[in-house]
Amino acid sequence: MTNTQTIQFPADTLELVHKIVKRYPEGKQKSALLPVLHLAQAEWKWCSPEVMDYVAGLLKLSPVEVYEVASFYTMFHLEPVGEHVIEYCRTGPCCLMGGVEVYDHLKTKLGIPTGGTTTDGKFTIKEVECLAACGWGPVFQIREKFYMNLTTEKVDEIIEELSK
Amino acid sequence: MKILTEHIDVQGIETIDVFRKHGGYTAVEKALKKMTPDEVTEEVKKSGLRGRGGAGFPMGMKWSFLAKPEGVPRYLVCNADESEPGTFKDHYLMMKSPHTLIEGMIVSSYALGANTSYIYIRGELMYVATILEKAIQEAKDKGLLGKNILGSGYDLDLHVQLGGGAYICGEETALLESLEGKRGNPRNKPPFPAVKGLWQCPTVVNNVESIAATSWIVNNGGDEYAKIGIGRSTGTKLISVSGHVRKPGVYELPLGLSVEDFIYADEWCGGIRDGHKLKAVVAGGSSVPILPAELILKTTNGENRLMTYESLSDGGFVSGTMLGSGGFVVMDETTCIVHNTLTFGRFYHHESCGQCSPCREGTGWMDKVLYRIEHGKGRQEDIDLLVDVAKKIEGNTICPLGDAAAWPVAAAIRHFRDEFEWHINHPEKATQKGAVFMREGASWSI
Repeated sequence: MTNTQTIQFPADTLELVHKIVKRYPEGKQKSALLPVLHLAQAEWKWCSPEVMDYVAGLLKLSPVEVYEVASFYTMFHLEPVGEHVIEYCRTGPCCLMGGVEVYDHLKTKLGIPTGGTTTDGKFTIKEVECLAACGWGPVFQIREKFYMNLTTEKVDEIIEELSK
Repeated sequence: MKILTEHIDVQGIETIDVFRKHGGYTAVEKALKKMTPDEVTEEVKKSGLRGRGGAGFPMGMKWSFLAKPEGVPRYLVCNADESEPGTFKDHYLMMKSPHTLIEGMIVSSYALGANTSYIYIRGELMYVATILEKAIQEAKDKGLLGKNILGSGYDLDLHVQLGGGAYICGEETALLESLEGKRGNPRNKPPFPAVKGLWQCPTVVNNVESIAATSWIVNNGGDEYAKIGIGRSTGTKLISVSGHVRKPGVYELPLGLSVEDFIYADEWCGGIRDGHKLKAVVAGGSSVPILPAELILKTTNGENRLMTYESLSDGGFVSGTMLGSGGFVVMDETTCIVHNTLTFGRFYHHESCGQCSPCREGTGWMDKVLYRIEHGKGRQEDIDLLVDVAKKIEGNTICPLGDAAAWPVAAAIRHFRDEFEWHINHPEKATQKGAVFMREGASWSI
C-alpha cells in the first residue's frame, strides 16, 4: 500500500462517496471528509498518508486539510493496526463497574500493553474515552459493535471467538 | 408520565408501520397541514421545554433568535454527539426508536423553515447511524420526507453525519466546524449560530431529546407540556443511570420527582446494589459537581432534593450541583473519589481541543497532579494547586469545556478533601489494591 496508484475505492463505494457529497450544497464537499475517512478506514484498516492523499484528491482538498482533520479525531488510526481493534472505555462510570480490573485482564490475556498489537496481527488495544454506554459498562468496541457488561470471563469468550 | 419512551419497548417500534400504529407521525400531519411554522414555535415557547443537552436554555427562545434573511437557507442540526461521561440517553432513544427523533426533526425543521437538516451523530455510534438511515428511508418512502411532504408544499431533506470521535464536537460551534469537514475547534461568539452557523447561514443546533419532545408538544399543545413538572422545570427528562444501583439504565421521569425516590424506589433505580450504601452522586454528567449522599438527598435547608433544574442547583456550587445532561452516576462506599476524579480529569485533558491556553495547559496540569496523588506521589501543596488551576481555567476559555473540566475537580476536593489528603499522607497504602478503597492499584497508563 505504498503506491498511490493502487489505492482506489471499489465502484460501489465510489458511488456512495458521490451520494454523500450531494448531501451538501455545491462547493461544500469538504463536509464529506469525516464520512469518507470512515469509508477509507473500513477499506484499508488505517489512514496511511497515501490513503489520506487519495481522499484529498477525491474531495478536491489539499492533503494537509485531510491530515489535520484525521489527526484531530480519535477514531482514525494513523498507524497500522491489527485485524480487530479493541477500543476500551477508560472513563469513570465504566471504572465503577470494574472496568480497570477487566482491562488489566484483557492486557494480560493478549500479552500487550495499551496501544500494542499482538505478534500475529490479530488484536490491537486502544484506550478510549466514554462511549455513551455507561449503564452497560464496562464496555469496549470493535468497529461498530459494542461489547457490554464485560467481565473477565466474558472477555475470555470474546477473544476466543475472535481468534478462531 | 412518559412522552418519549411510552412505546419504546413495543416490538418493531423501529419500523415505521409499528411506529405509526402507536400514534407516530401524527405531529407531522398536524403541524404541516394545520399549523403555520410560527404557531409551532409558539407552542414550543409555551411548553417551557429547556435544552436537554446540558445547558437547559429555553428551546423556543433559541428558535426565536434564528435570523431569517431573504434567500439565505436556514439549517437545523441535531446534536447527537452524546459524549458526556455518564450520559447515554440519546444513544438509547435513537437505537430503540429512531422515528421518534425523525418525527421531531420534521416538525422542528418546518417550524424553523429549514429545507435541509442534519443529524450529527458521534462516529462511535455508527450502528445507530445505520438504524437512523434506514428509518429515514422508510419515512421518505411514505412521503414524510423529501419534496412536498404530505401535499403540504413543504420540502425537507434529512441526512445523518458521522463524527470522528471528539467530545468537543458536542459544543455547538465545534459541531458545526466538524460538519464542515474541519477540526472541532469551537468558534468565538458572537456571531452565534442563529445568525452565522453552518456555512455561515442561520442555524439552530438542538439536542436529540429536545427535538424528539417537540412532536408531543405539537400534538398536545405547549400548555399541556408545561403542566408536567414543577415551575420552570417543565416536562419529562431522560435520565441515564450508571454506577452502583440495582437497575442502571435510561429512565424517563417527570421533572419534580424526589432524588430519594428516584434512587431507592423499585420503580426507578431500585436502590444501591446489595449490601452497600450510597456515598456520592454525579447528577448531570461528569462536568457537574459531585455531591456526597447527604447533600444529594437533601439541601442544606433540609428540603428534599428534587429532580429539577432549580432544586439540584439549590445551594449553588457550595452545596448544590446541576441537572446538566441527566447523566446520573451513583457511587457506593467502595468508590475511591480520587480515582474517579482522575478519570474525569484525564478525560478533559484528552478532549480539550487545545485552542485556549488555560484549558489546554490547565487540564494537563490537573491530570498530572491527580495522577501523582492517586499513585502515591502526591505532595501536600497539590490539593491547593488543583483548586488554583481549576480557578484559572474557569471562565477563561472560548467554550464551556474549560468550566466542565474545572468543576468536577474543584467539587471533589470541596466535598472529599480528606480522601485526597489520605492519599498524600499514606503513599504506601494509596497504591495498594484494596488497602482502604477497593479500586486502588489501578494500572492505567497516562
